Amino acid sequence: MNTEEILAKLTPVFRDVLDNDRITLAPEMTARDVEGWDSLANIRLMITIEEEFRVKFDVGEFQEYRNVGDLAAGVKRRLASH
Amino acid sequence: MAVRRMPWLLQGPEDLRRRSEAIDSMNGGRGDALRELAAHELNNNQLLRLARSLNLARAAGAEGPLSNFTLGLVSNAASDFIVPALEGTGLRHGFALKVEAAPFGVTLQAALSREFGVLATDPDAILLALDYRAYFADYALRDTDADVTVDDALDKLRGLVRAFQASSRAAILVQSIVAPPERLFGSFDRRQPGTPAWLAARFNDRLVAEILETGVILVDVEALAAQVGLGLWYDHTQYMTARLPFADECVPLYAEHVLRVVGAMRGRSRKVLVVDLDNTLWGGVVGEDGIDGIQLGQGDPRGEAFLCVQRAALALKQRGVLLAVCSKNDEPVARKAIREHPEMLLRENDFSAFQINWEDKATNLKILAERLSLGLASFVFLDDNPFERAQVRQFVPQVMVLELPSDPASYASVLMNAGLFEAVTFSQEDHTRVEQYAANTRRDTLRAQSCDLGAFLRSLQMEAIFTTGGEVGWSRFAQLINKSNQFNLTTRRYNEAEIAALVADPVTLTLQVRLVDQFGDNGMISAVIAVPEGDDWVLDTWVMSCRVLGREVEYAVLNHVAAEARARGIRRLIGVYRPTERNGMARDHYAKLGFVRVAAREGEDRWMLDLAQFTARDVPITITSSLVPA
Repeated sequence: MNTEEILAKLTPVFRDVLDNDRITLAPEMTARDVEGWDSLANIRLMITIEEEFRVKFDVGEFQEYRNVGDLAAGVKRRLASH
Repeated sequence: MAVRRMPWLLQGPEDLRRRSEAIDSMNGGRGDALRELAAHELNNNQLLRLARSLNLARAAGAEGPLSNFTLGLVSNAASDFIVPALEGTGLRHGFALKVEAAPFGVTLQAALSREFGVLATDPDAILLALDYRAYFADYALRDTDADVTVDDALDKLRGLVRAFQASSRAAILVQSIVAPPERLFGSFDRRQPGTPAWLAARFNDRLVAEILETGVILVDVEALAAQVGLGLWYDHTQYMTARLPFADECVPLYAEHVLRVVGAMRGRSRKVLVVDLDNTLWGGVVGEDGIDGIQLGQGDPRGEAFLCVQRAALALKQRGVLLAVCSKNDEPVARKAIREHPEMLLRENDFSAFQINWEDKATNLKILAERLSLGLASFVFLDDNPFERAQVRQFVPQVMVLELPSDPASYASVLMNAGLFEAVTFSQEDHTRVEQYAANTRRDTLRAQSCDLGAFLRSLQMEAIFTTGGEVGWSRFAQLINKSNQFNLTTRRYNEAEIAALVADPVTLTLQVRLVDQFGDNGMISAVIAVPEGDDWVLDTWVMSCRVLGREVEYAVLNHVAAEARARGIRRLIGVYRPTERNGMARDHYAKLGFVRVAAREGEDRWMLDLAQFTARDVPITITSSLVPA
């Protein structure tokens, strides 16, 4: 899965978890750019992404991603190591 | 959805969010629509979305006909993920549930303070969601006596329970604890006092023996975790990241288990299991394959699967669940198989009613409800055929229809794990309920033979036993009040502690009524609570078992209440009727008894009986009053 495909698959996860259909993800987006993306939603995102992509992040890893691009790269790395 | 944890439910819809949004903009019917959506298996995100819709409906005053229920939640971990899951799951059980959680990080004692919200809302129940970490901080074996460690843990819980009981009328729910899966020695842990496994096992045993006293109810989280699998129950990453007490994936099932207990407290548990025959109780189609051709019994894997279904149904019957058959078959053929197949565990007399014909099953279920004098909302329907399940779901949505996987080997466990017959008490009467229904069928036969109703009732040789005090029977009294929905004038629910307080109150009447007749002991069949208001007695609660309808028991009860009232200088009886979805049959109760309607308010009618004008009616029942039930 390339970064673009990962972003395309992440978008519905964000829409579902944050209950907002207007979200369209871009690599440079951060939590500040998306309404409702608070620390609680961040955990929900982590858990849902893990389930959706069948990957597991190490403890603390998800919280270190600075933006959506970082996250997509992280998912890509995890997928590759499987 | 990754793994089906609740295979007895329909799979959650992909477009749940869109459907919830559609409900949010509905003018009426939001409560029913939300309940229908929540009847699916949903993940935690979906439950969160439903909880949002519920809160919108509540803000608009549009949550009817869901019942309001407030649950205080005290947790030693983060409850942010659990609260919406509980509220969303509440919908599945017919509740507009509001959870008030003590904020994370407050000390347990601070949770008791009114400013934190748990007590400020006067909750109906308080859940002490404390896990292993709340009691046993670390793994290491200590020098101190391990029993003292358990003493301290139980004291901590006992203190909280007592403090909440003293400051609230809420029922208290406590949890068993789940030992971490990691072992210190290995198998030896169970033998060695002070190991986590030893501490948890000892704590849980003593919790049951010492804490589950009047009013305290158990949510057996340990059993739930064992069912899921201990390795999946705890998620260390999630705990370290966000203080989730157990894996997010298990939260929906946890919420379901909590709500089952809440439902049982409120009389929502089901009472009847209706089973199909072909490919449900046995393999194959008896009408085509013949009695010798159906698969049932040891020696054949499919036959063993169906034997397990029968074993489960029989076990349910033995704890008081009624069984009935609803099958498309030729009745003589099907009955012959039940009677004569050598491997049948269930026989004709295990079933309280049969509908075996070629009519549609929704109609047959309605007839069964009438025959058993029970509401459709107390029915569970077990049928391997997806078409029949869909038809019943559509036309009698009150019936709980079990979804079944294709493999009959799991039918029995799906039935048992669905938790539809959850109970918070178990009494002698539950043991004998099926017997009572059988006797009822014999009574009906006698009635059919007897044209004169009065002569019929006299021939029953009924004896009613009235009890107003003493120690015995109050658990059943509470159960009757909390489980009766149809002949229940006010549908007020009281937990055992509240009832103990009412019984102890000298100016309140708490009346148990038992009925014995020629066919046997019907057990406690009616309960009344009357509370004084000036010179009046207000009939706060009057419930009667539908099994004894049409036997003039209510006249006998009124005679007794009127006599008690007069003896205490009471001048008038005030009857209250609060209509619900299910108590329409009691609407004319007070009119029938000669009360005059004095007020019709929103959701409540009041009726008055002037005792100066009242004469006791002759009833075909011998009356015995006693302090101690016979």
